Amino acid sequence: MPTVPLPDLSPALPEMALAAAAMALLLLGVFRGEGSTRLVSWLAVAALLGTLVLAGLFEGERHVVSFNGMFVTDAFAVFVKVLVLIGSAVSIILSLNYGEEHGIARFEFPVLVLLATTGMMVMVSANDLITLYLGLEMQSLALYVVASFDRDSVRSTEAGLKYFVLGALASGMLLYGASLIYGYTGTTSFGAFAHLFAGAGKPSDGLVIGLVLVAVGLAFKVSAVPFHMWTPDVYEGAPTPVSAFFSVAPKIAAIALFVRLLVEPFGGLFAEWQQLIIFLSVASMVLGAIAAIAQTNIKRLMAYSSIGHVGYALIGLAAATPAGIRGVLVYMAIYLFMNLGTWAVILCMRREGRMLEGISDLSGLGRTQPGLALALGIFMFALAGIPPTAGFFGKLYIFLAAIQANLVGLAVIGVVTSVVGAFYYLRIVKVMYFDEPGAAFDHPIAAELKWVLVVAAVLTMFFILLPDPIIGGAEAAAASLFAP
Amino acid sequence: MSHWPLLSLVTFLPLVGVGFIMTARGDDATVARNARNIALSTSIIVFVLSIALWVEFDPATAAFQFVERVRWITVGGFTITYHMGIDGISLFFVLLSTLLTVICVGASWTNVHAQVREYMISFLVLETMMVGIFSSLDFVQFYVFFEGVLIPMFLIIGVWGGPRRVYAAFKFFLFTLLGSVLSLLAILTIYYQTGSTDITVALAHTFPAHLQKWLFLAFLASFAVKVPMWPVHTWLPDAHVEAPTAGSVILAGVLLKMGGYGFIRFSLPMFPLASAYFTPLMFALSAIAVIYTSFVALAQTDMKKLIAYSSIAHMGFVTMGLFALNSEAVQGAMIQMLSHGLVSAALFLIVGVVYDRLHTRDINRYGGLADTMPAYGFVFMCMMLASVGLPGTSGFVGEFLILLGTFRVSTLECFLAATALFLGAMYMLYLYRRVVFGTITRDDLRGLLDLNLREKAVFAPLLALVLWMGVYPSSFLTPIRASVDHLVQQVHAAQQAAANDTVIPAQAGIRASTARKPDEWVPAFAGMTMRNGG
Repeated sequence: MPTVPLPDLSPALPEMALAAAAMALLLLGVFRGEGSTRLVSWLAVAALLGTLVLAGLFEGERHVVSFNGMFVTDAFAVFVKVLVLIGSAVSIILSLNYGEEHGIARFEFPVLVLLATTGMMVMVSANDLITLYLGLEMQSLALYVVASFDRDSVRSTEAGLKYFVLGALASGMLLYGASLIYGYTGTTSFGAFAHLFAGAGKPSDGLVIGLVLVAVGLAFKVSAVPFHMWTPDVYEGAPTPVSAFFSVAPKIAAIALFVRLLVEPFGGLFAEWQQLIIFLSVASMVLGAIAAIAQTNIKRLMAYSSIGHVGYALIGLAAATPAGIRGVLVYMAIYLFMNLGTWAVILCMRREGRMLEGISDLSGLGRTQPGLALALGIFMFALAGIPPTAGFFGKLYIFLAAIQANLVGLAVIGVVTSVVGAFYYLRIVKVMYFDEPGAAFDHPIAAELKWVLVVAAVLTMFFILLPDPIIGGAEAAAASLFAP
Repeated sequence: MSHWPLLSLVTFLPLVGVGFIMTARGDDATVARNARNIALSTSIIVFVLSIALWVEFDPATAAFQFVERVRWITVGGFTITYHMGIDGISLFFVLLSTLLTVICVGASWTNVHAQVREYMISFLVLETMMVGIFSSLDFVQFYVFFEGVLIPMFLIIGVWGGPRRVYAAFKFFLFTLLGSVLSLLAILTIYYQTGSTDITVALAHTFPAHLQKWLFLAFLASFAVKVPMWPVHTWLPDAHVEAPTAGSVILAGVLLKMGGYGFIRFSLPMFPLASAYFTPLMFALSAIAVIYTSFVALAQTDMKKLIAYSSIAHMGFVTMGLFALNSEAVQGAMIQMLSHGLVSAALFLIVGVVYDRLHTRDINRYGGLADTMPAYGFVFMCMMLASVGLPGTSGFVGEFLILLGTFRVSTLECFLAATALFLGAMYMLYLYRRVVFGTITRDDLRGLLDLNLREKAVFAPLLALVLWMGVYPSSFLTPIRASVDHLVQQVHAAQQAAANDTVIPAQAGIRASTARKPDEWVPAFAGMTMRNGG
């Protein structure tokens, strides 16, 4: 019997550590019982931060492949993993109080978040269609449960079910596409694809159909129009910290997967998929800008906002140049903290212990709680992309890439929709500062929330003073995708 | 003195004031008092420092002065430098911004009651943004200031404005944002053309002729909204009417100048061929703006709206002068912008004075103020006449130079503009007659108090400057001249070079001949340069 040599485990060390931590915390939770949620949550945050350090160890690596070429670690993967881990850790912190006050403080929540995060990390490092699918499903299954975590609430269970049905459909399409690709090429390895399509002529139709189906499946995951329908309902129905989690970590991971898949293995088929991405991008930007105008629920508004932001990020992918991918990464990094900050403010919208979700509930916040209003104001101007906030730099790097790649039309649509989008972000500023004050929200804000808020607001506002670390990281990460 | 970062100090000192205001604690009255005092002292210090810029300024050179460079974004191919510097074109805009901020703080001393702290913070942030715009020598940095100015102005209109403030604030924000995002794309295109976001590099770069037109149009979208030019002027009357008095002062005094500054700093020197190509369009839009808005102003019953429309007409003169593109007209446009910055600011303050007393801006509610408010009537008269362009006031110098320069280029345009002078006199004198002269018919007008000491102190510097600029304009023209002459020569040289370019005769030849067709609309640039040189 031939002995199978043990693959080099070191590139996957962060993933394995996180998975082990998730299982250990599950055991701890089971033994300690219901009262252990806070402990498990903080330990989960610690595990995520530990994993972040582990993942950071690979920062200098250009391209380490293991598991017979199915798993890759490079600067790109490390950059995205850091973002995802931060997003997950902050989401758990945001859930602490919410869970306790809504009677859904269960230790399973942080454990599920850890498992989902493990899945995301595998997605980001996928170097084979099989790995891709495994990571994606591991993430999705945990997320389905998390979406309906408030299991006694009709809205939450509906959100979970909707997410599950549509997510399963998307996974099905992705799987079908992957099988077509395998059928036409005889391989599932990204490395082999890259080799196959480099300098190839027109690909066969079956291969293109397979690629389109895979792209559709991923478009579902990043909630790009026209595959966005689940997003507003799920964001609205899911418990607020879960919506916050959904809007950052899985989205960043899925976009990163999208980028790697199209740029690395299918880079040779650029001409085939570019128009698809341009369409997704334009549709997302337009719908994200226009549909959000009519929203009265701030969670739904944030859902449409996130759809629009995916549209902007996809501009960078449509350019498919190092500058474009750098743009995507800078955009996602900035999106991460301005979005988490906004969700932290939404979590502060409580009156007499009840969560509020109406935009009109914010009226006069500038006078009742100036600090909170200032923070939300900063996030809104940032989401609208107005300088000197960080949001402007996200858009700057995206449009820079679009102009370089000669996608002027796409850039013009992008800036025009950003003006339309500015309208609804400004509307929130208007409600806070121009309208007469309503009743104040509950005082005081929980300490963890306050910390998240302050850090996110400071990063968003003062990114302009020290932009080098994020831009430099994104630059190196993007370069690693294009390394020979 | 020159190795002090004087320009950065002027730009960012207001933010230090913001920091102090934020630390103010206590009950509302204490906080408000502290905020006012800190804002006033900060803005005065900044103004004094900006005077130092003028004193130290070397009027003999067209080069940028007080230059500061620090590397800002250093990673990757896209490096951005923090690059400050001013020349004769931007010097007075910086001074105008710092002066008007002091005036605004003074003018808002008693008539703003709600959220005084936030109000003063907004104005100081606004000051930083304004000075930053005029002294930025890096495109990205410029753009950050240029768009960032929208945030404090949006809040000023929306929080402290009149009954339709929300509509006006949104209209202001979205109009100007739509314009400026298009210029962002142009800036990025310029970056790929020149390999740098440095404005001085772009100024020295020759852009391909076909690209110049697109870039010109993209910048036009941005600056035309700011100026504002007809037909994208509609945000201005709304914004002015709803903004608080000090907001209108900044809006008319400085924000409109950002458009004119943009044309003279970017559009003309960087896209000389496109400028020549679009001169007929710019002339036509300017003429429409001047005549149409003058008629509209005649029909107004709201004082602020009338002055708002007169602002559009005056800025129409400016765009006309800029695109006449000879030394006189461009200098005239510069003086006209400065003059308008002072005069329209003063006129909005004049409206504010009676609005504070009677809370109405309806012209028909007033009349006979000369009896009860003689000092007010005097200030109003001076500013009204300066707005009309009476010799001896700053308005005359600007309009005269513009008409002189434009006449050499296009007699028709000059004729059209001159009719507007007549219309301008009509609506301003008509306004003055209805408000200040006549007999007092209402009891509440009888009891009006004249200007108090604070108000006099606010008007005094404006009045002095308007007369100074009118009687002895050389103090202002001298620092401007070197930069403007350099600009005009550079533009003409570029147009000349394109006309002589025989390498690609098929394309360049056609373009050059259309650009230089000697009809009444388009200047015959070649002869002009020679005469200017002599």
